[in-house]
Amino acid sequence: MMTPHKIWNPTAECMPREQRRAVQLARLKETLVRVADHVPCYQKKFSELGFQAGDLTSLDDIGLLPFTTKEDLRQNYPYGMFAVPMREVVRIHSSSGTTGKPTVVGYTREDINNWTELVARFMTAAGVTDEDIVHIAFGYGLFTGAFGLHYGSEAVGASVIPISGGNTDKQLMIMQDYRSSALVCTPSYGLTIADRLEKQGIDPASLALRVGLFGAEPWSEQMRTELENRLGLIATDNYGLSEVMGPGIGGECLCKQGMHIAEDHFIAEIIDPDTGEILPEGSVGELVLTSLTKQAFPMIRYRTRDITRLHYDVCDCGRTLARMEKTRGRSDDMLIIKGVNVFPTQIEEVLFQIKGCEPHYQLMVDRVNNQDILEVQVEVNEKIFFDEMKQQRSFVDQVEKKLYSVLGLSVKVKLVEPSSITRHEGKACRVFDRRQ
Amino acid sequence: MKVEQISIFIENKSGRLAEVTRVLGESQVNIRALSLADTSDFGILRLIVDNTDTALKVLKDHSFTVNKTEVIGVEVPDQPGGLCSILEILDRNDINVEYMYAFVERSGGNAVIIFRFDNVDDAIKVLTANGITVLKGERISKL
Repeated sequence: MMTPHKIWNPTAECMPREQRRAVQLARLKETLVRVADHVPCYQKKFSELGFQAGDLTSLDDIGLLPFTTKEDLRQNYPYGMFAVPMREVVRIHSSSGTTGKPTVVGYTREDINNWTELVARFMTAAGVTDEDIVHIAFGYGLFTGAFGLHYGSEAVGASVIPISGGNTDKQLMIMQDYRSSALVCTPSYGLTIADRLEKQGIDPASLALRVGLFGAEPWSEQMRTELENRLGLIATDNYGLSEVMGPGIGGECLCKQGMHIAEDHFIAEIIDPDTGEILPEGSVGELVLTSLTKQAFPMIRYRTRDITRLHYDVCDCGRTLARMEKTRGRSDDMLIIKGVNVFPTQIEEVLFQIKGCEPHYQLMVDRVNNQDILEVQVEVNEKIFFDEMKQQRSFVDQVEKKLYSVLGLSVKVKLVEPSSITRHEGKACRVFDRRQ
Repeated sequence: MKVEQISIFIENKSGRLAEVTRVLGESQVNIRALSLADTSDFGILRLIVDNTDTALKVLKDHSFTVNKTEVIGVEVPDQPGGLCSILEILDRNDINVEYMYAFVERSGGNAVIIFRFDNVDDAIKVLTANGITVLKGERISKL
C-alpha cells in the first residue's frame, strides 16, 4: 500500500529542475552582490581573483568563485563574516568545539523564517504532522540542532516537548506519559534510549513512538535497522552544519533514498577535495555549499569536508530536489565523537605542550555500548617513563585532564611501546575509526 | 651501597616479556632478580642483572624504553618476622617504601629484599644506624 507523500512546499520542492536553476542563478547573483558589498573577507577573495559580482552570468560559472573554509571563519571570529549590522541579527549560534575559537553564525528574522521553513520541509518529508508530539532530546544551547528542529516542529503544528539532552530515565517517563510520537536526537543517543528501554523491560510497542529524526552525527544503514527494530519507529536522516545554517539543508523522505537538498536555498556541488575541481554528476567527492537566501551569514562555496554523492533523478516522492547519500567520511581528518568535533591536530598540540612528550600518537575510535570512545595512544619514551607506577599513572591522568580541558570530551590515554605506531611516508595515518 | 636496577616499559600484549628476556639472553646478560608491576594497559618490569650497561644498551637497541634507577638490597634472615623488623625501623623513621621485592640467596639461605625509596641516602643511613646490613651493589649483581 502506498501512502501519498506529504510535501510541505510542493511549489518549491517539486519545481522542474530547469526552472529551479533560474531561481538559483537569480538568488546567487543577489548573494554575490551582498557579500561583495558587506563582507571584507569576500571583497578580498574576489579582488585576488579579479572577480566582480556582476561577472557571473550562468550557474556553470560557479567554479570561478572562491571557496570558503573553516579557517576563513576562524580568522574572522566572531562577527567578521556577517553581512548585516548587528541590529538586524536576531539570533546567534556557534559550532561545537573545534581547534581554538568556535565559529559564530548569525541569523536575521528572515533567516530564521527560512530555516524554520526548511526544517518543516524535511520533518514533513519524514512524516511528521500537526498530530505529532515531538520529543526533542538534542541539547538546547549554542548548537543549532535543538532550536532548528524546535522551530520547524512548531511550524508544522506539532506539539513540541523541549526536553533537551540527558537524564534518560526522565526521557522514558515523559515518552510514556506524554505519548511522544516523534523522537529527535543523535542516532547514538537513540540507541542509548533503546538500551534503557530494554533494561527497564519496557516494550517499545507500548510507546507512541512512530518516527525518529536522527542527526548531528554520521550514521550507517546498520544503525538505521537497529534503531527501527529496537525503538519501533521509522528512522530518518537529515543533514546540516551550523556554518551553513544548521539542520534543514537536507533531509530524507520516507523513500529513504538520500537526503533531499533544499536547492532553492543552497547550491550543492561535488568537488575533488585535492584539486578543487567540480566533478561530473554522480561522482563521489566533497560537498560544497553556497547559500542563496541567507542575509546575516551568506556562505560562498563552503567546503563542508563531508564526502558524499548527489543523485538528480526525480524521487518516487515527487520531489525534484537532488538527493544526497549518507556521508562516507571526511576529506579532512575531523572526527565527530559524541557530537563533538575533534581534530587530531588539537590532540597533537596538547601532547606538544606536555614536557618530554613526543607527538607520536594515534587515535582509536570505537563504539562500545552505543557510546563513542576515543583512545589516544601515545608512544612512551625515557622522559615520560617512570620507574614508579604512581608517577606513571599520574602522568597519564595529567594528559587525560589536559585533553579533556581542550576537547571538552573524556578520552582514554594509553601508553604504548616506542615504534608500535606505524610510521608512514607522507601523510601519517593516525586515525582508526572502528565505529560501525 | 646502591644497586643499579633497570626498569623497562612493557605494553600489555603477548610476547613482550619473552622478547625482553630473549634480547638479554642473546647478549649473555643474566637476570638476578625481577619484579613486574602491571596495569591493564602496560607493565613496568624491573630487573637486576649481572651487566647493567650491556642490558641497557641492547634493550635500547631493540627500541625498548628503559630507565636506570638506584635501589638498595638488604639481607633478611629467612625466618618468621625477619622482614617485619626492618619495616618497623623504616616506619619509625618515616622512610617511605615506594616498592619492594624479594628473592632468596642461592647460598646461605638468607632472603634479599630490594627496596626502592624516594630518598635512598636517608634510608641507607637509617638502616645502617639500626644495625641492618645494606648489601653492596656488586654483591647482588654477582650473586
